[in-house]
Amino acid sequence: MKFLWAFLVGGGICVIGQLLLDLTALTPARILTSYVVAGVFLSAVGLYGPLVEFAGCGASVPLLGFGHLLAEGVRHAVDRSGFAGALWGGLGACAAGVTASLVCGLIAACFARSHDQN
Amino acid sequence: MKTSKQEYKGLCEGASPRSKLVKDCLWAFFVGGAICLAGECIRRMWLMSGKTLSDAAAMTSVTLVAASAFATAMGWYQKLASKAGAGTLVPITGFANAVVSPAIEFKTEGLVTGTAARMFLIAGPVLVYGLSASVVWGIVYAFLRPWL
Repeated sequence: MKFLWAFLVGGGICVIGQLLLDLTALTPARILTSYVVAGVFLSAVGLYGPLVEFAGCGASVPLLGFGHLLAEGVRHAVDRSGFAGALWGGLGACAAGVTASLVCGLIAACFARSHDQN
Repeated sequence: MKTSKQEYKGLCEGASPRSKLVKDCLWAFFVGGAICLAGECIRRMWLMSGKTLSDAAAMTSVTLVAASAFATAMGWYQKLASKAGAGTLVPITGFANAVVSPAIEFKTEGLVTGTAARMFLIAGPVLVYGLSASVVWGIVYAFLRPWL
């Protein structure tokens, strides 16, 4: 059941992104940025946590989930070490994904050749 | 069938963008949903291998990022993205693609000012605004915490 919800919720979040792409003048970079900021906000007001519980990767794999990860990381860090936690909680929580992206980028650049972008 | 220019224009405006929009959305829905479904399967596998919940979530991101980097390096991700639009953009694989793609593209400008600098073309803004938002939330939360 969780698999079905992951598919439906994940697909739904992507459709919202597609509507933003097609109906507004937002560029992909702006959409990604807004998704992450929106994820931080939704998580902060307590709406995104339940969705992740409910849909698993359907909610955590889209970039809204990246924002949720940042917000959760900051919350835990503030719980542990007060105000200072606001500074390291976010980057700490998303470290694995970001570092993996950068290292993969470097490896890919060493071995792959450039492809047509479209 | 005879249609005047006016009617034809109306027909075009009525039919084509809408059907394109529906098609785009269906592509985004199924491809985006499939990526999330794959993520859920990968997460279950990491959980079964004995990882804790948060470790499994992190390893799922890493697995998806690595898969996306591979697909980008082979040129497959771009092909899929031209059809699936936001379906490939919004998941974490899209973020990885946005890092890996310019890294390969700008290799010709050198490994430092080309690859490494251009990696942050899209990842940079995402991190800057995402982290700034999280710092704001952290400060707000630290103030609110005594009352929560």
